[in-house]
This record gives sequence, C-alpha cells and structure tokens, in this order.
Amino acid sequence: MPAAFDEMTGTGTLASGSARQPYGGLADWIAAQPLEALQRKRTDAESVFRRTGITFAVYGDPKSAERLIPFDIIPRIIAANEWRRLSTGIEQRVRALNAFMHDIYHRQEILKAGRIPEELIINNSAFVPEMLGVNPALGIYSHIIGIDLVRTSENEFYVLEDNTRTPSGVSYMLENRETMMQLFPELFAANRVAPVDTYPEDLLKTLVSVAPSNLDDDPVIAVLTPGLYNSAYYEHSFLADQMGAELVEAYDLVVLDGALQMKTTQGLRRVDVLYRRVDDDYLDPLVFRPDSLLGVPGLFDVYRAGRVTIVNAPGAGIADDKAIYSYIPQIIEFYLGQQPILKNVPTYNCRNASDLTYVLEHMAELVVKEVHGSGGYGMLVGPAATKAEVEAFRDKVKANPNNYIAQPTLALSTCPTLVDGGLAPRHLDLRPFVLIGDKVRLTPGGLTRVALREGSLVVNSSQGGGTKDTWILQD
Amino acid sequence: MLGRTANDLFWLARSVERAENMARLTEVGYRIMMLPQAADNPHQEWRSTLASAGCTDLYFAKYDNVETKHVVNFLLFDPDNPSSVYSCLANARRNARAQRIAITRDMWESMNSAWIDFAGFNPDTLSVNELPRVLDWVKQRSALYRGAMLNTILRNDTYCFSQLGTFLERGDNTARILDVKYYVLLPSIGLVGTPVDNEQWAAILRSVTAHRSYRWVYKENYRPANIAEFLILNPQMPRSLRYCYSEITGALTDLGHIYGETHACHTDSTVTANNLARLSVDEIFAMGLHEFLLEFTSCNAKLAAEVSSAYNFTG
Repeated sequence: MPAAFDEMTGTGTLASGSARQPYGGLADWIAAQPLEALQRKRTDAESVFRRTGITFAVYGDPKSAERLIPFDIIPRIIAANEWRRLSTGIEQRVRALNAFMHDIYHRQEILKAGRIPEELIINNSAFVPEMLGVNPALGIYSHIIGIDLVRTSENEFYVLEDNTRTPSGVSYMLENRETMMQLFPELFAANRVAPVDTYPEDLLKTLVSVAPSNLDDDPVIAVLTPGLYNSAYYEHSFLADQMGAELVEAYDLVVLDGALQMKTTQGLRRVDVLYRRVDDDYLDPLVFRPDSLLGVPGLFDVYRAGRVTIVNAPGAGIADDKAIYSYIPQIIEFYLGQQPILKNVPTYNCRNASDLTYVLEHMAELVVKEVHGSGGYGMLVGPAATKAEVEAFRDKVKANPNNYIAQPTLALSTCPTLVDGGLAPRHLDLRPFVLIGDKVRLTPGGLTRVALREGSLVVNSSQGGGTKDTWILQD
Repeated sequence: MLGRTANDLFWLARSVERAENMARLTEVGYRIMMLPQAADNPHQEWRSTLASAGCTDLYFAKYDNVETKHVVNFLLFDPDNPSSVYSCLANARRNARAQRIAITRDMWESMNSAWIDFAGFNPDTLSVNELPRVLDWVKQRSALYRGAMLNTILRNDTYCFSQLGTFLERGDNTARILDVKYYVLLPSIGLVGTPVDNEQWAAILRSVTAHRSYRWVYKENYRPANIAEFLILNPQMPRSLRYCYSEITGALTDLGHIYGETHACHTDSTVTANNLARLSVDEIFAMGLHEFLLEFTSCNAKLAAEVSSAYNFTG
C-alpha cells in the first residue's frame, strides 16, 4: 500500500514544519502549544461530553451500556474550493439517487433499459414492493442522506457509500463544534470556519417542505425513536430538541380516523411528518413484520393516502445497497445525463463469476464487505487481517457470494491526531449530511471519523474509531 | 405533551424526592444508633426505619437479621430494593434521559452528574463513619436538582407534573414516618398531651428536617400532639400533609387552566386539601391517628392513579 496523503503536511511530515495552505494557521498554533496543554484540553473535552451525556451504546457490550465516542481535539480542515467541488458532486449524487428511487418504485425505466440487472432490485431485501406506485410528497424518498467520502490525495476524493436510510452522526458534527468553540475560542477567531449550527433549522425547513399539502395549520413534526436504549438515542433527542419537535416512540402513536395520532396529556393529536429513526421493519407490523408487535399498525395506509409523510421513505434503502453502489455512475448518467463529479471506488460484485474469482484470488489485498452490513461489522480489511482471518472470510464468501462485494484497499488520508505519545497521523473519512426537500441544503461540515489505532483503516465508532471537528474554511 | 412524557416527569420528580427521603431516614436511624438507649435494643431503630421506608418484607426476604451494615447497604445501594437511593437515582436518571428534551439543561446536567458521581461510592469499602458524608451528598444533590428545576423551568405543564410527583411522594413519606415512629415512641396513648424529653422524639422531626422549625413555631419542648399537628396540619411547614396538598391542588389548578378541563383528580385533591385545612389535631386523635394516616395514604395513592389516568400516563 502506498504512503497515505496527510491532510496537514501533504507528503511531508509534521517535523519538517511545512503545512498545506488550509492548515497553515492551525499548524503554527499547534507548534506553540506544549504537549501537556493539549492533553489537558483533551481531558476537558471528555468531561464536557460526559456531563452533557453525549454517549452511545455498543451492541453486545453489556459491561458498558453507555460510552463516549473518543473525541480528538485536532480539527480536520477542508479548503473553500475543495468544499465547493464536493458540494456540487454531493448535490448531483443525491438528486440522482432520488430520481432512481422514484423510477424503481414507478416505471422502472432503468431496468427496462437494461442498465441495472433486474434481479438486483427484485430479489433485493431492501426493495419494498409495497412502495410501488406510492407518491411521496415532492417525489422525494431520501430526505436526509449521509455520503461517506474518503480522500486519497491532493485532488482525489471517493464516495465509499451512500447512507439513504437513517444516517446518524449529525449530532456529533454539532456537538464537536460546540465543544471546540468552548475550548479553543482563539482558533475560531483566527480561522474563517463556516458555521454548522444551521443544520437543525435546515432540517426543520426540509421536513416542513414535505408535509402533506392539504393542512389547515402548521405541520406537526415528530421524531420517532426506538427508545432510550438505542445506540443513537442521544442524537434523536438532540434533534427533536433543536427543532422543537416531539420525540415519540411507536407506542405513543396510533392510527385513528385515517390519520397518524400521538397520545398526549390532552388526548390524541395529529402528526403530519414523521422523521423516523427506526428501520422499515419497525414502522407498521401490518405491512412489514406481521410477526412483530413493534411499530404502528395502519401507519403505511395513512402514508399511502398522503396523510402523513415518512422521512426517509420506506424502501429508501434500495439506493444505498452495496450491490447497487457500483451502478451509481450509470444511475447519474441515466437520470441526469451528466458525468459523475465524485468518483466511486471500483467495486467487485461477488455475484458475478469473474469478479468472484478475482476477489477470491486477491482477498488479502482487498476490503470485503457484506452487502447489507453496516457499522464496520462483517467486513474484512485484507492487508490488516491475519492469514487465518482471510481464510475464514474466504469460506464465508464462497458459501454465499451474492452477499459480498470487494474493493481495493484505499490509502485513506491521515490527519495529525493527539495520541498518548503526542501527535501522530491517523486515517480519516468524512460524512457530510445533505437535506433534500423543496431544495437541496448542505451544511458546510460533516462528521470526520478517525481510526485511532495506528495504521487502522476502520473508522467506525463501534470498532474503536473517534471523531474530529470538521472545518470548512470560507474564502 | 405526550402522556409518556408526563409520566416520566412525574416519576423523575418522585424518584428524586424518594432518594432524599431515604437518605433522611437512614440518617435518623444512624443517629439513634449512637444514643446510649440504643445499646439496650440496637435493632429496634433499624426495624422502624425499614418499616417507615416501606420495605420490611423485602429486607427480610434477603437477610435473616437486622444488622447496621446490611440495613445501610439495603437502603442506599441495593439494586434489588426499588426504593434504595441507588434505585431511585437510576430511575430518576433514566426518566431524565428519556425526557431530556422536556427538561432544562441545568436539570439534566445536575441529574446526570449526580448519577455519575454516585458510582464513586463503593458500598464494599464504605465505613459507617463515612455514612454522614454520603447522606449529606444525597441531600445536596436532591436540593441541587430541585433548585435547578425551580430556577430554570417554564411554569407550564412540565412544571405541574414535576410538582405533582414531588408532593405526592413527600406527603406519602411524611405520613408513613409519622405512622411508624409515633407508635414506636409513644409508650401509652395517654401521654400524648404531655411534654417529653427524649432525643428520639427529635428524630421524627429530624427525619423531615423540622427539629429547628418546630421550636420556632411552638417555642417549647416536644409534645407528641404538637409534633403530629406540626407534620399534618401546619400550612407553613413544607413537608406537612397540608402543605403538600396545597402544592398538589395548586399544580392541578394550573393544569386545569393550561388544558381547559378538569378531572376526578381535581375534585378528590380538593376534598383532601379541605379536610386538612378544617381538621384540628384533637379531632384527628379522636378518630385515631393511625386510622387517619391510613386513610390519608390510601387517598394519596388513589389520587396518583387518577392523575395517571386523567393525563394518559400510559397511553
């Protein structure tokens, strides 16, 4: 694997003292800080997070029901011109993704044109046939999308995946900034950092813009959470709070008189827009999981009748399926007639015999992922795995090739990160959050995740990843 | 407001109040254990503490005998005891976390940091001498939380449900302390009007932090009848039954205004409040203190159920 591109020093090193232009001010400031001062600030940051209760749960770890995501105080910086290019590419991508979903749940032109194999959609568990012919407000399926980007050189960014179902992490983008501004006001005075705190307002505007059109009064917005013990509960309550929306669980809701209603201290009240942070399966047991008691019976009928908007729409997962991912360049071209601005990582679909042969032969060099996996679970990073791990994974892929894709291991960019011995480069990715309603709204920022273990390329918080504040500089 | 939110706010306030009451009860038991009389029957006091706390059966399901170490652990740290300080704080913090968007940042942070700091006490190594420090800590944290609530929250339905939780719990607690302790201490009902000079009587008052205010009001030594009057009927004493009911009817009246409708809980709480305003302590003794308190706690429990059903606490 080639040496990684460092976002602060380029191809130089920290010691050589040369910083890339956007990092110039920060590098000078760091040089003037004694290590102990930085470490003290790190401890301060942790206590802020703990007191505020910004925690997440790790599945399968009963010992610690709530943990902090490690926060690194060295920010990650993106120049204004870099961000402009990314924004244009992101906007292009989310428009194409929504056009794709509308087509898949209506005329399916792209299948008829033979641009995507039909069985990839029809046999896909993320495809929801009940959505066929449904017309969501403004024709939008995925209103909130998190695009995972990685950088590999001065000018190369790749989209690693699109999160079109219920992307999480935006509360960290906001709280990381809040914490940084408390700890380092002098840095914000010296650098022109674009604010991110417009996100909740933009989210609210987006949700209001897709409310059912026949309302007499302001739409009632509710955030649907699986509850207190969900790993992202903090974020659900944070967003509801920031928007002044209700935070509801399924059993607070009931369908009556053809409307979605919530049970309040004054009886039932109508809900117009449901920003759900639960999976499709837990929306309506009558439609999605007949065996389950979870969800709101009858919700889907109200939705289909256009009397409530569900955000993101059921079935939106079809656009972020890892097997669909490799077709995104064709999807952009098909619906928008444009060349993709952001690059896709070359992807091997193990369902194709020739791809499978290649993957099995080169497994030790590749990143292999489950088609429906997420959170860094069920994946193999070939170059970092032991021989035994590679062999074990090879058996899994052989047993069920349709379930896997593989990609070359990218040399993810690094950024200096405060570790025990001082500053050291660690690999990063970036998840900007984009909102799609009456228009596309993109907050200048995102969630930067950092792999804290030396050399590791897995940035997920469930796998020992941390986060950084992300600065988009203004001209 | 969601019915579930109202329920969580009610129980958040109730749990904080109960944690504080458990600390006060434990403090009284601890003080009496140090008195010379306690040497004759060291366990009597802990038995009445357990009875006041309403967890005698649960304790004896777990332990065969009364021992200071066990009782303290049971009342403060035992997750199996739903009324232990630990359980109350866990429950309060769970409710606060579930409703952090309904409560203010000050309320959340005081609750969250109480929960984080409580984990710093180690029941296995805690010596009896350190007990006062722990009990003071609990009282301070409860005061801090309640202060944060009173200073920062809007006087809307959030406030009303919090007040209802606090004062329904407090009234219940005062009534139980009075009921249990009174008969332990009063050798004969004939002595009810005579002055007594007994540190143990001060303990009743102390358990509701009223030993000094008693003297401000009565300016004389403890008389059992005065103590009962003070804790039941005094409108100024913030833990008396009458005071609790003036807060309860106040909160319910506010809710009636905010929501524009009243329920059974409005009528019933007014009946109880009027009784407490009308009765004299002599009349209470004439009908029997124990019978009176029993009637009160059952009305109090009924009122909590009526509030829950009026405001759709469980959907």
